[in-house]
Amino acid sequence: MSNDQPDDNGRRNAIVATSVVGGIGALCTAYPFVSTFAPSEKARAAGAPVEVDIAQLKEGERMVVEWRGKPVWILKRSKEMLDSLAKTESKVADPKSERKPSELTPEYCRNQARSIKPEILVAVGICSHLGCSPSGPFPTGANVALGDDMGFVCPCHGSTFDLAGRVWKAKPAPDNLEIPPHMYLTDTKLVIGEDKKGA
Amino acid sequence: MKIIKHTLAAAALLVAAVSTTASAAEAGIALDRAPVDRFTDLQALQRGAKMFVNYCLNCHGAQSMRYNRLKDIGLTDQQIKDNLLFTADKVGELMTISLTRKDGKEWFGAAPPDLSVIARARASGAGSGADWLYTYLRTFYRDSSRETGWNNLAFANVGMPHVLYELQGEQVAKFAKEKDPHDPSKTIEKFVGFEQTKPGRMSKLEYDSAIADLVGFLVWMSEPVAAQRKQLGIAVLIFLGVFMLPCAWMLNRAYWKDIH
Amino acid sequence: MAAGKKEPVVVTGLGALDKPASGLLTWVDQRFPLMENWKTHLSEYYAPKNFNFWYFFGSLAMLVLVIQIVTGIFLVMHYKPDAAKAFESVEYIMREVPWGWLVRYMHSTGASMFFVVIYLHMFRGLIYGSYRKPRELIWVFGVMIFLCLMGEAFFGYLLPWGQMSYWGAQVIVNLASAIPVIGPDLAIWVRGDFVVGDATLNRFFSFHVIALPLVLLGLVAAHILALHEVGSNNPDGIDIKENKDPKTGIPVDGIPFHPYYTVHDIFGVVVFLMVFSAIVFFAPEMGGYFLEYNNFIPADPLKTPAHIAPVWYFTPYYSILRAMVWNFFWIDAKVWGVVAMGASTVIFFFLPWLDRSPVRSIRYRPTLHIYIYATFVVAFLILGYLGTLPPSPVGELVSQICTVIYFAFFLGMPWWSRWGQFKPVPARLTM
Repeated sequence: MSNDQPDDNGRRNAIVATSVVGGIGALCTAYPFVSTFAPSEKARAAGAPVEVDIAQLKEGERMVVEWRGKPVWILKRSKEMLDSLAKTESKVADPKSERKPSELTPEYCRNQARSIKPEILVAVGICSHLGCSPSGPFPTGANVALGDDMGFVCPCHGSTFDLAGRVWKAKPAPDNLEIPPHMYLTDTKLVIGEDKKGA
Repeated sequence: MKIIKHTLAAAALLVAAVSTTASAAEAGIALDRAPVDRFTDLQALQRGAKMFVNYCLNCHGAQSMRYNRLKDIGLTDQQIKDNLLFTADKVGELMTISLTRKDGKEWFGAAPPDLSVIARARASGAGSGADWLYTYLRTFYRDSSRETGWNNLAFANVGMPHVLYELQGEQVAKFAKEKDPHDPSKTIEKFVGFEQTKPGRMSKLEYDSAIADLVGFLVWMSEPVAAQRKQLGIAVLIFLGVFMLPCAWMLNRAYWKDIH
Repeated sequence: MAAGKKEPVVVTGLGALDKPASGLLTWVDQRFPLMENWKTHLSEYYAPKNFNFWYFFGSLAMLVLVIQIVTGIFLVMHYKPDAAKAFESVEYIMREVPWGWLVRYMHSTGASMFFVVIYLHMFRGLIYGSYRKPRELIWVFGVMIFLCLMGEAFFGYLLPWGQMSYWGAQVIVNLASAIPVIGPDLAIWVRGDFVVGDATLNRFFSFHVIALPLVLLGLVAAHILALHEVGSNNPDGIDIKENKDPKTGIPVDGIPFHPYYTVHDIFGVVVFLMVFSAIVFFAPEMGGYFLEYNNFIPADPLKTPAHIAPVWYFTPYYSILRAMVWNFFWIDAKVWGVVAMGASTVIFFFLPWLDRSPVRSIRYRPTLHIYIYATFVVAFLILGYLGTLPPSPVGELVSQICTVIYFAFFLGMPWWSRWGQFKPVPARLTM
């Protein structure tokens, strides 16, 4: 049978038109199905900004709050701890937080202390290597990996971070600890997950 | 054709005969029609939401509903937080209540149902769920034989007291004795009207309007996506009817033109 | 062998392929009978050229099957088969999962549309005698698909865990208890509990999402293989294979399924999708017939709804169940109800052997037969309608009459199908 070939123009045009329109329809149908994989309202609600009261936090103490299922550290650094940052400045890989700044360090935290208020560090306690949560903070001499410096050590592959969450050079972890978007509602009330830019 | 006509006529007769006997068997009062324009009026929905949170959301939950979904009816997170958040502290939370099913059962005889989809659940052959709710919330009357002191025309011997009596006031129902149309030897009580015994804060018109808002909100809450669904439906049907159908028709004709 | 040849492969219905595609096809063909299957089932499957409106429903049934499987896969990702969570998880899908409402409405509408399409497909077979020799097995596989679908629908209906889900399952499982001696224990075994409960929900979930779909796919494959073995029937009920072109051996009244019926079915699919979308987007509850109102109330084992009715596609059989109110031969009416309901579905299997008419298609049957078919269809529809209503004395009588008509149609078929003056059957297809 020769007439079952799509050789005449009418057939060719009809095939093209139907394929194009049908293809658009198929893509539009696929969109909602693909979208069902996105976080649900429930997950979004669980990932909503968290309000934290840090009035009780003492100097040198760290508290952990959960935001989007991740541990967020709030560390109140003492004078001595802040001073240690100048010492580690030359040992860390990215002292000025220049790598992936939009992901890791909000604009208002791109300073040596990586924080809004110098003494308060807010950081996501997840190592940038393979996602373990580092231990610490260790005072001077408490952890061999840190030598004479203060900082955090990841138990999985030994990456070390200073007290501003900056990763040391030549360690498995490529980047500094993530600073989540955050802002102060009052002097002692903190919102994690939202900043003035977003509001 | 004649055959089809005959059978259709016979079938129609049978169906008519069966359905009249069936509908006669269905009891209950005729439902008032809820004003449907409130279901999509954002102002009305916001008023309804406020009433819902103030009067319903103490004993009834709406545990499938998140507060921040109210953004869909034109409220902002801050407005929700300031005006509607009594039992929760985050706008992302569900409209749950602290009353447990067990306590509810002890206090009211039956646990107050969750209201997330109540407007869909209450639909029946007699009318939409909105009609039932609109009738129900307006036909509470004083009945001293009931433990709560209240009875209802749409929901006989209901466990819920009249929560909105401050607004509506109090009324009593008047019944007349009448012969049962199905069994002349018996008499039945037929509702003939209400008599207002105590005025409420609202006039009858104001109260009906407030209830219409509340029912509108319950309808909206039972399927918040309904408006979006219909809008999308129009787009889908236009796509299929205006673009896909002619293409498929053309393709079919292009091939079938030489089949005889 | 094809490997040695240099000419491009010509795919019937697609035209000559360019070189890389042609090479790839040859490579595959030496390892897998791709072209052979393409030819057997599509491009060189010769179908009668006079298919009408009624012949859309086979391919539409396949389409709905695909819709159900795809939407089902996505629903399973969010649904929780747990008596304490099932109802809420359905509302969770409707509100919180992005686009979950669309997937769920497609699935619930698809369930009803499956039966619409299948009933019309079966009716087609009935009026054109598509089940007659040599197509008995196609019909038998088809009835098995139908029963399997009823199982799918029944198990799936429990999953939303609403009042209708719960009490529907309770009533149907209790039918098993009508079986003498072992009945009551059997019902408990099926439920895994003394009432419908968490265990029941979990096993129904398993049946619904894996066991029956596997059986269903196997049966569909068997149905189509059997069809392609003997060839399609047509509205004239004539065998097109009896009139072949002496040179090519192709039936003169046959046309290749692809491209002729593929493009034809694409058109049918678009029309169907318009109806389907209209329901999904504008009337997903379909006035309480596709999604029953009472099913928006969570299952409550202590409170039966005032009026329980199965979903519309089960109502004819449900009416037959309710119509049996007499005790015969010292056996309970309950048992007879179950037997009659079972028989009303199983009886479809025997149709190929009950029909003794000398012609297949209704086109060449006596007018009397048309009246008989019409009476049967009306009785079936009335049974269906009555099944949605609460029981009433008049309804009971009418359903008893219709039940008698229903069974008389089948059981009297060996006799009535031979009555009357048959019209002459043409030698070639009429368009």
